[in-house]
Amino acid sequence: MTVQQQPNSFRTGPDERGHFGIYGGRFVAETLMPLILDLEKAYNEAKADPAFQKEMNSYLTHYVGRPSPLYFAERLTKKFGGAKIYFKREDLNHTGAHKVNNVTGQIMLAQRMGKKRIIAETGAGMHGVATATLCAKFGLPCIVYMGAVDVERQQPNVLRMKMLGAEVRPVTSGSSTLKDAMNEALRDWVTNVADTFYCIGTVAGPHPYPAMVRDFQCIIGNETRAQMQELEGRLPDSLVACIGGGSNAMGLFHPFLDDRSVEIYGVEAAGHGIPSGQHAASVAGGRPGVLHGNRTYLLMDDDGQIIEAHSISAGLDYPGIGPEHAWLNDMGRVKFLSATDTEAVAAFQLCSQLEGIIPALEPAHALARVFDLAPKLPKDHLMVVNLSGRGDKDLASVQAWLEANKK
Amino acid sequence: MTTRIEKRFAALKDEGRAALVTFVMSGDPDYETSMAIIKALPQAGADVIELGMPFTDPMADGPAIQAAGVRALKAGQTLKKTLQMVREFRKGEAETPIVLMGYYNPIYIYGVDKFLVDAKEAGVDGLIVVDLPPEEDDELCLPALKAGLNFIRLATPTTDDKRLPAVLNNTSGFVYYVSITGITGSAAPDAAKVSAAVGRIKKHTKLPVAVGFGVKNAESARAIAAGADGVVVGSALIDALKKTLDANGKGGPATVEAVADLVTDIAKGVRAAGTVAAE
Repeated sequence: MTVQQQPNSFRTGPDERGHFGIYGGRFVAETLMPLILDLEKAYNEAKADPAFQKEMNSYLTHYVGRPSPLYFAERLTKKFGGAKIYFKREDLNHTGAHKVNNVTGQIMLAQRMGKKRIIAETGAGMHGVATATLCAKFGLPCIVYMGAVDVERQQPNVLRMKMLGAEVRPVTSGSSTLKDAMNEALRDWVTNVADTFYCIGTVAGPHPYPAMVRDFQCIIGNETRAQMQELEGRLPDSLVACIGGGSNAMGLFHPFLDDRSVEIYGVEAAGHGIPSGQHAASVAGGRPGVLHGNRTYLLMDDDGQIIEAHSISAGLDYPGIGPEHAWLNDMGRVKFLSATDTEAVAAFQLCSQLEGIIPALEPAHALARVFDLAPKLPKDHLMVVNLSGRGDKDLASVQAWLEANKK
Repeated sequence: MTTRIEKRFAALKDEGRAALVTFVMSGDPDYETSMAIIKALPQAGADVIELGMPFTDPMADGPAIQAAGVRALKAGQTLKKTLQMVREFRKGEAETPIVLMGYYNPIYIYGVDKFLVDAKEAGVDGLIVVDLPPEEDDELCLPALKAGLNFIRLATPTTDDKRLPAVLNNTSGFVYYVSITGITGSAAPDAAKVSAAVGRIKKHTKLPVAVGFGVKNAESARAIAAGADGVVVGSALIDALKKTLDANGKGGPATVEAVADLVTDIAKGVRAAGTVAAE
């Protein structure tokens, strides 16, 4: 893809119809159209309301536990002998991942709109857990759609959601993973239009979701900017984050998009390797198409049929990517890399053993690329990796993978 | 320019009855059987044929149509083959309108301009693309109208009077009223409510209004036909088809017969309703 002419600012999107360049949009059934127009209106009003922002910030401080630390990973830095590696510790948030930032905003918005029933899709279960958590706190019924394959491989999160009072509905259509959970959540929404709020977990779906979820996640990048200023007296030199749909990445990247000195890397899941065809790298191995309400990079065949993604990480196992990421890729502002299952598991182990931090398999993909970017960079290069979630949920998967791949 | 769809609805209005619009998935359970079903539909009483274009992720469809799409894709159906089926159907049938129904991505990947040329040439009369609301009219709706195809839009119970003009603008051929909020094949619609909704839509348009979602048999078809210009039946036909498949999902002459028999039965229901909504 050739790099297109650069805009004055990368932070002005989307346009009023929800487009980031050719990406984004509102490709939904007519039944849902009035609902997303309502949502857009309600969100714009809430965004402009200082009371809404104030209340949200209060929950983020006292319930979620923000700000999350910006932590200097000293032993990893020493091991690789190059860039100074910092972790943005989203794993330390209540519920154990960045997902809760967005859910806090959306559940407050749902209440503002008078919605009485919350539905969500989840892959790894972190978004499901965050949604179940906020629903418990505010006394709202919560239904989480989760691919049957993911229900199996992320049992700890299924148990957490159930304990929190949510109903987990396993989805067996299609590939029984995240994309199918999203189809099923959309079917629920089409059926229960009057009282239901669909809490989407990533920067994808029809407008206004990509922009709204991004805005709720931007607290990650905004804090990072202030914290780095305090620790090092300047901006970071590079940012690295894993990308499934891309909400943790967008939250970190967006506040820095117009700081041209900051290099930005998104890391997709390469599964068994891009050439194998069994991966979840939509930018590296896909092309623009339309799914789940937006135009973006998708994995598909010559007939436009969606191909099942593969990744060891349930949270990255999705055949698409948020539309704003697709645009930032085409603009050349974000550089997309990928990491295989094998590389992610190795990074998972190394981070656990050198830093005493068990990362989720999702950010382990970002770490895998940090480990080969960092050694090539000077010692004064400041690199921030978004440690988007904790890895307790993945211990069984990693153990099984290690058993199966014993040399 | 008058399309086959417009001619057919006008003729039925003169006849004083509603149209029976039948939905089947192209390539379900395989190309040959599906072809035979489509050829049998006009004889059985179908006035308009809606032909599904299978897609891996049919977000607005219930289990029956989802499964039909999976069967078709497994049997190797593609958009190219669906157009080939229309071409073959047209060799022996010049009158019955064909509407292709599905999701946007396969068309987008085929290439919109090329698709419209090929569809028109094959003998397609209209398109229903579920995930293209009026907000995305530039994508396919406007080019399709320019190419001489009808673009049929769904109106739903959530489409209020304020929004109806936007939905009806650029809609042609007929309006497809989705009688319930929900996925295809769900709960049966309430005939009185449907009739009222059709009346509401007719205040905004001269186009015929066909009603779908939840029509299962001759009786429900009759009830809906009494208050609309057309009745759409889909999931029920697919259920009938599915019952004839063997353990390997293979169909045969019994498959074609089962679908044709149900269409014949439902057509009687539609004809029994006579004219009510025409004026």
